[in-house]
Amino acid sequence: MSIITEQDITKNVIKNISFPSNEVMLDLKDLKKVYPTPKGDYVVLEHLNLQIKKEEFVTIIGHSGCGKTTMLSMIAGLNPISGGNISVLGKPIKGPGPDRGVIFQAPSLMPWMTSLQNVLLGVNQVFPHATKAQRNDIAKYYLQKVGLEDAFDKKASELSQGMQQRVGIARAFAIKPKVLLLDEPFGMLDSLTRGELQDILIEIWNKEKITAVMITHDVDEAIFLADRVVMMTSGPRAKIGDVLDINFERPRTRKSVLEHDDYYTYRKHLIDFLEH
Amino acid sequence: MKASLTLGKVTNFIGLGFFTTLKDLFTGKLEKEELKSFLRKTIVPLASILLFIGLWHLGAKSLYNIEADFKIEKALEDQGQAAADALKACIASGDSSCQPNTLPSPSQVWDSFQSLLRDHNIISADKAAFAEKTAALNAKRIAEGKDAITYTGRPSFVDQIFRSLQTVFAGFLLALLIAVPLGIFIGLSPTLKSAFNWFIQIFKPVSPVVWYLLVFMIVKTLLIDSSEDSSFTISFISVGLCSMWATLVNTAMGVSTVDKDYINVAKVLKLGTFQKIFKVVLPSSLPLIFTGLKITLSVAWMVLIAIELLAQSPGLGLFVWEEFQNGANDSNAKIIVAMFVIGIIGFLLDRLMLTIQNWVSFDKTDAI
Repeated sequence: MSIITEQDITKNVIKNISFPSNEVMLDLKDLKKVYPTPKGDYVVLEHLNLQIKKEEFVTIIGHSGCGKTTMLSMIAGLNPISGGNISVLGKPIKGPGPDRGVIFQAPSLMPWMTSLQNVLLGVNQVFPHATKAQRNDIAKYYLQKVGLEDAFDKKASELSQGMQQRVGIARAFAIKPKVLLLDEPFGMLDSLTRGELQDILIEIWNKEKITAVMITHDVDEAIFLADRVVMMTSGPRAKIGDVLDINFERPRTRKSVLEHDDYYTYRKHLIDFLEH
Repeated sequence: MKASLTLGKVTNFIGLGFFTTLKDLFTGKLEKEELKSFLRKTIVPLASILLFIGLWHLGAKSLYNIEADFKIEKALEDQGQAAADALKACIASGDSSCQPNTLPSPSQVWDSFQSLLRDHNIISADKAAFAEKTAALNAKRIAEGKDAITYTGRPSFVDQIFRSLQTVFAGFLLALLIAVPLGIFIGLSPTLKSAFNWFIQIFKPVSPVVWYLLVFMIVKTLLIDSSEDSSFTISFISVGLCSMWATLVNTAMGVSTVDKDYINVAKVLKLGTFQKIFKVVLPSSLPLIFTGLKITLSVAWMVLIAIELLAQSPGLGLFVWEEFQNGANDSNAKIIVAMFVIGIIGFLLDRLMLTIQNWVSFDKTDAI
């Protein structure tokens, strides 16, 4: 097994465009979602407006059933839009596509494939012109990044839930999406594993700076990871209730965040919102 | 130690785990804890087999007595005391000409089994002799462009078994080739599903006998010019059509109920149709497809006997039917031998499918 360095990847395969920008990456305009029911239409989301800048990490919190996941799957293109529009870099989205990578709540790996094959499934699709060796290198690089350098050839069904979600993270980053959508990716994990995976996620995100939208129930997770926390009102007709800027410098460590003076102010703000 | 470990793995894998325990018993490697499970897994089945044979023996004996008493009574009424006494003596002497015809006892069945094997050896020797005798002549005939002379004697019991296995595998293969692709198409397309649904619902419960008749009607006409014996063709097609439904339904269900998460992944990655089917849909429905194939094989083996019997196609079914028609003294015992052979082969086929399923399926817990 050859060790792949970061330079190899950035030099050979991926042109890493990184400049600070105020460019809007993801734009939700007057978004609406309606489910028709026998008793009339049920409006899940209405008048939802949100702009997410390039290289921004946004977390979304709100009560269960408020439509967070609906919103995310609409951005992913997996759920049709009832009104308004969603655009990525000014272009309206058309169905799902690899420009919007998704990390699902369940790891959703193909259990009959090895972790490497699972990552390659996406890489092969996104880099069809790269050589086989290059694609292998990309997949292995990201698996190394999530700490799975010893599990390339393990079947996904043999991995623990936490390890599977690591492969899920590697798979999502390896396809170099413009936007990364995370739907409560750590919701099913125990708190210890959750902490580990948050660290891995933030570490790899610091390098890649992929615009990210993440749904979470966990207030601490929301603050630790985000540049902005978006609070959604309870459904029906959910919309953005409040937005909180998190002004911690990056790269962050868990310790520095917890010891920061503003941490409890932020935390109180979020909890107050959720309790009202 | 390493050798026994691999043996254990292999035997467990094919579902015959108790062999390992049996081997450990003789090599003295058995732990005290394992003794309990050994008792349960080996001694209990053996005891129940002995009990079964014992009950069978007693049952056969009392049936034998009822039949014998009835025969003697009848002789007494019809022909008088002398004939009754003669018959009684004849039955007691064990002479085959006057034995009551009823359920054979285990020992009679065992004797018949041995006699069938002897018969097989005689026929095999006969065949070999025939082949030797005609070798030169056949070579000459082939050189002249004529058909070789083939052995046309009676097939032995073992020949019948192999013939039946051939028929069942041909039928199974046909079922697989029809049901799996069709099931995939039906599972993928709701339109095709509603087009085929009535068809499946109506034809699934049709009896093997009717399938045979249907195939007979069609094949007879199709092969109208052929002088070949079409009974094999008819019986394997009937077996295939009878047994394919489980695979068809399971494949369609497996394909249409692929985990939504996998489908979402395929959508996000924008996999093409071909890739989606071969990389996501098929592997994930493999456990269900194999469950279907396992049912198909066991149904194929089960209906085979009835269909061979109807089609007069050589094999175990025909063997059973001929023995029943034959009514010779040991015919009943031979039928029971065939019954056990059919059962044991059915069991082995099931194990074979389970082994293949374990091999190819990602989800080891699904295979039962």
